[in-house]
Amino acid sequence: MKARVTVLPKPSVLDPQGVATADAMKHLGWDQAGRVRVGKIIEIDLPGGRPDEEKLHAICRDLLSNPVIEDYTFDIAE
Amino acid sequence: MKDPVITPEIVERHGITPEEFARIKSILGREPNFTELGIFSVMWSEHCSYKNSRPELKKFPTAGSRILVKAGEENAGVLDVGDGWAVAFKIESHNHPSAIEPFQGAATGVGGIIRDIFTMGARPVFLMDSLRFGPIEQNAPGAAANRHILAGVVSGIAHYGNCIGLPTIGGETWFDETYAGNPLVNVFCLGVLRHDQIARGAARGIGNPVFYVGAETGRDGLAGAAFASRELTEESKQDRPAVQVGDPFREKLLLEACLELLASGAVAGIQDMGAAGLTCSTCETASRGGSGIDVDLDLVPKREEGMSPYEILLSESQERMLVIVHEGQEDRVREIFEKWDLPHACIGRVTGDGLMRIRTGESIVAEIPAASLTDEAPVCHREAAPWTPPAGLDIRTVPPADLTAVLPRLLAHPTLARKRWIWEQYDHMVRNGSVVGPGSDAAVFLARECGKLLAASVDGNSLVTLLDPREGGRRCVAEAARNLACTGAVPLGATDNLNFGNPHKPGIFRQLRDSVEGISEACRAFDTPVTGGNVSLYNENPSGPIDPTPVVAMVGLIEDESHITPQGFRGAGDSIWLLGERSAGLDASQFLLIIHGRKEGRPPQTDLPGEIALHQALRDAIRDGLILSAHDCAEGGLAIALAECCLSGPGPTGAKIALADDGRRDDETLFHEAPGRIIASTDPADDEALADLFSFCRIPAHKIGATGGEELVIGLRSKVYRWPVAGLFHHWDTSLDHILGTVAEPLAAH
Amino acid sequence: MKFAVLRFPGSNCDQDCLRTLRDNFGQAADPVWHKETSVTGYDVIIIPGGFSYGDYLRCGAFARYSPVMAAVREAAGRGTPVLGICNGFQILCEAGMLPGALVRNRGLHFICRHVHLRLGLTASPFTSSGTVGQVLRIPIAHGEGCYFAAPDTLDQLEGDGRIAFRYCTPDGEVSAEANPNGSLANIAGILNKRGNVLGLMPHPERACEQRLGSTDGRLVFDSIIQSALSAVK
Repeated sequence: MKARVTVLPKPSVLDPQGVATADAMKHLGWDQAGRVRVGKIIEIDLPGGRPDEEKLHAICRDLLSNPVIEDYTFDIAE
Repeated sequence: MKDPVITPEIVERHGITPEEFARIKSILGREPNFTELGIFSVMWSEHCSYKNSRPELKKFPTAGSRILVKAGEENAGVLDVGDGWAVAFKIESHNHPSAIEPFQGAATGVGGIIRDIFTMGARPVFLMDSLRFGPIEQNAPGAAANRHILAGVVSGIAHYGNCIGLPTIGGETWFDETYAGNPLVNVFCLGVLRHDQIARGAARGIGNPVFYVGAETGRDGLAGAAFASRELTEESKQDRPAVQVGDPFREKLLLEACLELLASGAVAGIQDMGAAGLTCSTCETASRGGSGIDVDLDLVPKREEGMSPYEILLSESQERMLVIVHEGQEDRVREIFEKWDLPHACIGRVTGDGLMRIRTGESIVAEIPAASLTDEAPVCHREAAPWTPPAGLDIRTVPPADLTAVLPRLLAHPTLARKRWIWEQYDHMVRNGSVVGPGSDAAVFLARECGKLLAASVDGNSLVTLLDPREGGRRCVAEAARNLACTGAVPLGATDNLNFGNPHKPGIFRQLRDSVEGISEACRAFDTPVTGGNVSLYNENPSGPIDPTPVVAMVGLIEDESHITPQGFRGAGDSIWLLGERSAGLDASQFLLIIHGRKEGRPPQTDLPGEIALHQALRDAIRDGLILSAHDCAEGGLAIALAECCLSGPGPTGAKIALADDGRRDDETLFHEAPGRIIASTDPADDEALADLFSFCRIPAHKIGATGGEELVIGLRSKVYRWPVAGLFHHWDTSLDHILGTVAEPLAAH
Repeated sequence: MKFAVLRFPGSNCDQDCLRTLRDNFGQAADPVWHKETSVTGYDVIIIPGGFSYGDYLRCGAFARYSPVMAAVREAAGRGTPVLGICNGFQILCEAGMLPGALVRNRGLHFICRHVHLRLGLTASPFTSSGTVGQVLRIPIAHGEGCYFAAPDTLDQLEGDGRIAFRYCTPDGEVSAEANPNGSLANIAGILNKRGNVLGLMPHPERACEQRLGSTDGRLVFDSIIQSALSAVK
């Protein structure tokens, strides 16, 4: 079993990396891209099976993301 | 979205007193609307108006023969360095943002001070920093949180400075429980320019177009400046981040584009958008120009949909500038900013009516006399508690310690240890001018634009300031000047950062007032005018205010490359001299604090005329080629200074020292912190010349030993202390690595 | 002879390179903007350090698509020497002009300090005035300088003798403790197959004056100038 945590900058927070990436896409002639946000995905192996979701939330909040500027979501899959 | 109705609660939540609100009504001749209330709120805040500190700041000496732009006139002062060249420099704090989000808080602090410098038309060339954190040692309370803040702040400064390509060439870092949860992040920037390149932040020339250039406006920093609106507009906290995110890449482009634009001669006035962004830049430029300004918010480049005028005006989005252009030169702006791929828009005009008029299309959303927001902002005269000098330390209450064990322990204490862990994360070599880099008394930088050798040092001593604020002020100025003298520089001017608690408390206000007076007294004595600075108040954590921390950065000039003097011993066989010998007790010493946990005593007083004579004599000796190394004897006292001389040369060098009996205990002799002392080394062949020079100047100078061997040996009246230098080096050099080595990088700091 | 020093948005060692070439070596050197489509007329091309395009996404990821890089690739194909320093090395790897990639330093932090390098070859225009095994002291300043390549690529680099510089101790020993960033095989600089493109993480332009702490970087520029002069003859 694996947990996949996605961390993205909050919608209202400036994401310089996203802005630069969007600009580069335009420069490469691909004009279908609107706003771009760059975050990270953290994959966690769960050899013990389904985790305590509340604890995973705490880990996401306290360690994996910075709640001041980032949001996270996770999904758990086989 | 409809603006809320103004109620007394809303006024209060904007931090505006009933008296101030009455004054607003009389200025406008009517009730302000919500947007106008927001504008007054930020412009009359301490951050923008210095309302609590302004009467005190007037005490600083600001005039001098080298002053080209005086403190307070513009974003940063400008000093002549000769041959038609000048320097613009300033120090600024970003303490509160760094407490909330260390990485971005520190990064945007760096961005802000860099903009202050290139706004003046100067090419920024180097940075320095002055940092304060809570204790980080493993067993210290709150150590994990303090380490997290330290790691975030250092990588934030590194991220911004490294990316934009400015070397951070020096600084100082202290650790004390008073800064737990309230770190201090003060960053200094210096730029160089020709006299005829000085740019002004004034809106001149009625009809001249007003351009917005740089990053788009978002809702950044709104929670900080305008917390009151949060519940009212029913937007979730998530959409109102208190934290601005810095983009050093954009700032690098903005810097190059602005300097190119300034060089084109198209610019009538320029101002960065820092705190209170668009609001502050429009009303300040208008007020300075004695003009008015008319701006249409619909034309402002925006990052987000549906922003209200209130939000646009109060946004603290980074990397933006306001440029007033000579009429007819509009295409020049467009051409240059398009070359650099930066947003730009003509958003308004300079007017002659003295009003800051803000529109959205045809409808007026705010109309306020510009001067009422700046020069005519309220001033608060705070009350200062009476001053009772602290009792001197009774040495009998200090139990004897094993001093052989104490020296390595002090050298490993984060405040005294080598800060390599910090400055190796900074690109301290870019721009190819770092002739003397981090880890020295003062840094020396060759500004290749003008071929000038500039020296700079940043100093503060909160321990002394806590016990005697006036002496604390004098002390940091004298130490900065001494550091410059040790590298062979003549001081030119200073910039200050006043970090204090809540000034409404009479005890805190007294610290502020006395420190300012101490800084003023010393700056007058050294003939180093204050060219500007920054005030950061309300630095408090749950256990109370921080210890008062005035910080002074001083800039000097080295006339000849051969005068550059290092602090470390150069090798074996040189004579070691103690210049300006004085004796004192352990009052206000790092020894008493670190080993005995006591912030106590009456700090030894700085003898300003004595300091000046000492520095002059040292410079004379340097010019005469008599000095191989010179090091300021400061925090930690004589034993620490000697150890640093042994450890910071080309390779660790031993030394054998014999000190005359000064009638004091060994711990006092080794670790007292009387100011006005320098350790120098000379070729033995020059001993006599040095002795003659100092005796002619009537300054005490004692040959106390010689370099060489594998040990630092200090002989006192009753005992000879010995420390292998390899062991001392290890403690001093790797202490921060050991403490911080296992620290995980905060994930947010990508 | 004439040097081109590329200038991308976010380059920050371009001025240092230009000044070094002009002031320390008396060479003609021009900045060349990233939007230029030609580099003809230049004898040597330098891609300087910095944070091109903010180094967002990956270091060098955007710069490789700049118009000027197509021209640089062409020039390299004609045999023009191309030197990529720090970010320039990263750009050359992203552009596929050098094999491998530069990833985050092992210790995660940005590192700025003087390091020692062992010269691995002299049969290149960048190293011809040195001797194999010579130790140079030159600064590094990077957060992503850990060289990585697949095992067969690494074998090929070793086999072809294309590893120009390796991190070493002051005595010239290539050891784990002398490796500042975790680079495979202590690699600090590599050549392309043809031998006219060098990627180098350390900054030789910062080590050309004694007052800055070292003059060992001169070897690289002296070699380039001598090789180019003898090529002209």
